[in-house]
Amino acid sequence: MSIEVMKSYFPRFTEAFFLTIRIGWMGVILAFVIGLITAFTVQWKIPLFAKLAGVYIEIFRNTPLLVQLFFIYFGLPKIGIRIPAQIVGAVGIGLLGGSYMAEGFRSGLESVSKAQTESAIALGMTRFQVFQYVVLPEAFALSVPAILANVIFLLKETSVFSAISLMDLMFTAKDLIGLYYNTAESLFLLVLFYLVMLLPVSLLGGVVEQKVRVRMLGD
Amino acid sequence: MGFEVLLKGNNMIRLLGGLCTALRISLISAVVSIFLGTVLGILLTTQKRVFNICFRIYLETIRILPQMVLLFIAYFGVTKVFRVNLSAEASSYIVFSLWGTAEMSDLVRASLKGIPVIQYESSYALGFTQTQTYIYVVIPQIVRRMIPLSINLITRMIKTTSLIMMIGIVEVLKVGQQIIEANRKNSPNAAFGVFFTIFVMYFAACWPISRLSKHLEKKWVN
Repeated sequence: MSIEVMKSYFPRFTEAFFLTIRIGWMGVILAFVIGLITAFTVQWKIPLFAKLAGVYIEIFRNTPLLVQLFFIYFGLPKIGIRIPAQIVGAVGIGLLGGSYMAEGFRSGLESVSKAQTESAIALGMTRFQVFQYVVLPEAFALSVPAILANVIFLLKETSVFSAISLMDLMFTAKDLIGLYYNTAESLFLLVLFYLVMLLPVSLLGGVVEQKVRVRMLGD
Repeated sequence: MGFEVLLKGNNMIRLLGGLCTALRISLISAVVSIFLGTVLGILLTTQKRVFNICFRIYLETIRILPQMVLLFIAYFGVTKVFRVNLSAEASSYIVFSLWGTAEMSDLVRASLKGIPVIQYESSYALGFTQTQTYIYVVIPQIVRRMIPLSINLITRMIKTTSLIMMIGIVEVLKVGQQIIEANRKNSPNAAFGVFFTIFVMYFAACWPISRLSKHLEKKWVN
């Protein structure tokens, strides 16, 4: 492995890194929003929409992201829906992640014990207050580990973006290997950049999980 | 809409054949992972410090990197650095088994740890030997927890193995692309039909398995 080669590759990898991070986090935020909406739709049993949300969760949890992206990016333009690659990436992560996040939130909402809501009602809170001050904070704390695990999972899934010709880290590595045949250097940088992207979230996950657990023990 | 392409010649059969390749790789890797993962998971509960530390490093490395990166390292990196010529299929078996084993052993470890100490103590108090405690108390509970999780691992494996097209294995997505390319003149809209069909195929493969896993989980929850 030569340092010189790696130095010369660095700018291209940095560029790809920021593209991957940008689209990845856009997707994660979208997943968060979709997940919240879906979870509440199912939890509150809103007629028709709850059914649709259930179908959505099943479909996106049971198909690979690569297949979803191929369908959105190559399939949909044939029936007149043309979406730029970067948006397809973010939307793909968002839709996939939404279905996972929804399950995470829902299990959190379900694990808030009935005694809690009943006590709150007995104290004279309105239904909305119960939700705002009792159910939501607890459910959120309960689903934090699941959410963080999902964030890591989604950021890892960004590695398939190269299939829809986005110049992400994977694409850059493959391209450089093909051009100059410095396989070891390219792969080393690839791993390094993914670690920079994923390790902070993973470490944060450990810390937050510890905090949440302490809070649980306290009540 | 491009569905007519699938009825031409043996296109549909080719597509199904591609799916079979993907499923074969995922099922074999899943079986290997479940077996090795269970053994490793049990070994982990025997408090051996050095072994535990080595394992943690293995687990965290495999977990933090995307499976795509692992595939690239196995397929391009190993070949170049160690001068071993691994075929694409061999490298995908290795990568997915390593990944699956890591995931599975962590699940086994967690569920073994989840059995409260009081259960062991009670069985000893009742005069069970250690072997009897394992056979009549611990293992039945572990099996009930592990079976849904193992089945779940199979669906995850199927979803993850869709990546193998990126290292050049001719599986269902690749066959789909070939069909689209071959019919570009006659049916320019083939991409919609073909990719939609593949989407449905993957769903049809994973959904029943994940339903079964959920069903068993609910049934055995106590």
